[in-house]
Amino acid sequence: MTNNPSTPAIRFNKVSRHFGDVKAVDEVDLEIINGEFFSMLGPSGSGKTTCLRMIAGFDRPTSGSIYLYGQDVSNLPPYERDVNTVFQDYALFPHMNVGDNVAYGLMIKKVSKAERTKRVDEMLELVQLKGFAGRKPSQLSGGQRQRVALARALINHPKVLLLDEPLGALDLKLRQQMQIELKNIQKQVGITFIFVTHDQEEAITMSDRIAVFNQGKIEQIGSPSQIYERPASTFVAGFVGTSNLIQGEAAKRINGSDQTFSIRPEKIHLGSLGEKNGSDMISLDGVVRDVVYLGLYTRYLVDIDGGGDLIVIQQNLKTTSMDVLSIKGQKVRLSWHKEHMVSIGV
Amino acid sequence: MLTRISTYFYQRQRLVLFLLLAPPLLYMLVVYLGSLFSLLINSFYSIDDFSGMLIREFTLKTYGQIFSPANREIFLRTASMALSVTFASALIAFPLAYYIAKFAPPRLKTWLLIGVTIPLWSSYLVRVYAWKLILAKEGILSWFINLLHLNGPLDWLLSFENIGGSSLALSPIGMFIVFVYIWLPYMIIPIQTALERVPGSLVEASGDLGAKPLQTFRTVILPLSFPGVIAGSIFTFSLTMGDFIIPLAIGNSKFFIGQAVYSYQGTGGNVPLAAAMTMGPVVIMIVYLLIARKLGAFDAL
Repeated sequence: MTNNPSTPAIRFNKVSRHFGDVKAVDEVDLEIINGEFFSMLGPSGSGKTTCLRMIAGFDRPTSGSIYLYGQDVSNLPPYERDVNTVFQDYALFPHMNVGDNVAYGLMIKKVSKAERTKRVDEMLELVQLKGFAGRKPSQLSGGQRQRVALARALINHPKVLLLDEPLGALDLKLRQQMQIELKNIQKQVGITFIFVTHDQEEAITMSDRIAVFNQGKIEQIGSPSQIYERPASTFVAGFVGTSNLIQGEAAKRINGSDQTFSIRPEKIHLGSLGEKNGSDMISLDGVVRDVVYLGLYTRYLVDIDGGGDLIVIQQNLKTTSMDVLSIKGQKVRLSWHKEHMVSIGV
Repeated sequence: MLTRISTYFYQRQRLVLFLLLAPPLLYMLVVYLGSLFSLLINSFYSIDDFSGMLIREFTLKTYGQIFSPANREIFLRTASMALSVTFASALIAFPLAYYIAKFAPPRLKTWLLIGVTIPLWSSYLVRVYAWKLILAKEGILSWFINLLHLNGPLDWLLSFENIGGSSLALSPIGMFIVFVYIWLPYMIIPIQTALERVPGSLVEASGDLGAKPLQTFRTVILPLSFPGVIAGSIFTFSLTMGDFIIPLAIGNSKFFIGQAVYSYQGTGGNVPLAAAMTMGPVVIMIVYLLIARKLGAFDAL
């Protein structure tokens, strides 16, 4: 079957998955576009992994339907779905060598031995593990196992590739390197990737679009910049990056309305008392309660006059640690552009 | 005071190691391997045919006696029983072990494991004799078979020369049933433990890559749990090889190795021959373990 590009790769129609009384996934509607890098982002227990498992076929919806390129797959077993998964623990077969692991899907499809060897070599080259075919998974590092798992899934040319927190077990450096590599591989093979993660930075780095999950529901779907700059709910504002949420009395004092709004810490300018600002700016005074020097930047906690506090992040462009630490306890003026405030319907 | 003792040992790790390992090693070397060794020595002695006295001189005469037609038949009979009991146990144990390891909810799992091991709480002898009553001509099993009008097939089964007899309680078939019953827990537990260690994600990955459940079983589950089957088979095979109670209680008058050893060293007074016959199962087990290792059964352990 050829994929009509206008048909969504995956479509959820009011999909729910209940475990007893727990609504792990609650009436989720979702469309994932052909060829995109789509991330499901959320804290643990938010339902993102359950959604992925339902696409793979390891779990079935309690109600609702899941479509793969227009075909209802809700009740098909995993082996009849044209999707493949990269598992969180890699799930490499310990009794087979790397080559046999990668060739597994082809072996099941009874592809000839010669063809298998050829395609395994190609795949191992794609993931930069040329010459590793004879090794056992136990002889590989975490990052290498990760690549084998990726090769084993991609060799089958699935319509959709599912990745369940695949970088979770890697250290920071390797994770950042793999993020770029994964993105490149996705562009190269042109397959729709669905990536589950709880790491917002990872989601923002790699994705074309992100769905933010919370308590079995999707809070917001959008591009990384939309999610970051225009969070649709207090949850998204708090979960993706750091946000100052200002509501009620404080909001009224600052903004003239008790509508909740959020302002990102890096958008706030920390200036000296009495500094003049334009009419397109909001200004207020406060006292620096706490300073955390983080090398690249410094994080300040400022008590606002009249109640409440704000987190402010300033890059250490011209300041040294001595400079920033001496600000603690001083009175300062905070200011930001009105356009950076995002009002949020709670 | 206690702290001083702790510190003393903390600074002398080798002493701690020695104190911990000495008792078990001493036991292993002296009691366990020592007695095996004395068995080996004895098997190279012989008995004076005329006086019945032990001759402490190296000879292979005793081993020659093992290959007499009568003894050869005993070996063959015992080994084939051990083999069939092992196969049947593995076949029965695997599905149950698989269910316990992979599907049973925690509470049921506990109960099933207790159920599997509960027979081990009572005396082996009592259970064997209980089975003798169950299998007897007037026993509950015959009554039940009568009820189902199946005595025809049963009589037909019992009419076979090598496995039949006058009733189940006096036939190799009955022995087979009791052997499987008695040793089954020793097969279930190792298989269940092995299956427990096969991550669920491997089974999912196999299905994800297109394998149907039977293929997954053959290519992933069985190879990874095979060490458990081998471990279980070592128990069932060796325990059946050496047993002399069940053949005595259930079987017909034909000897098994265990009975032969028992009578040679007891009433027969021929300790060398008993020792030589015991070496038979030992050698068979060593060969079996070597084959198992060659097949890679211990690789995943």
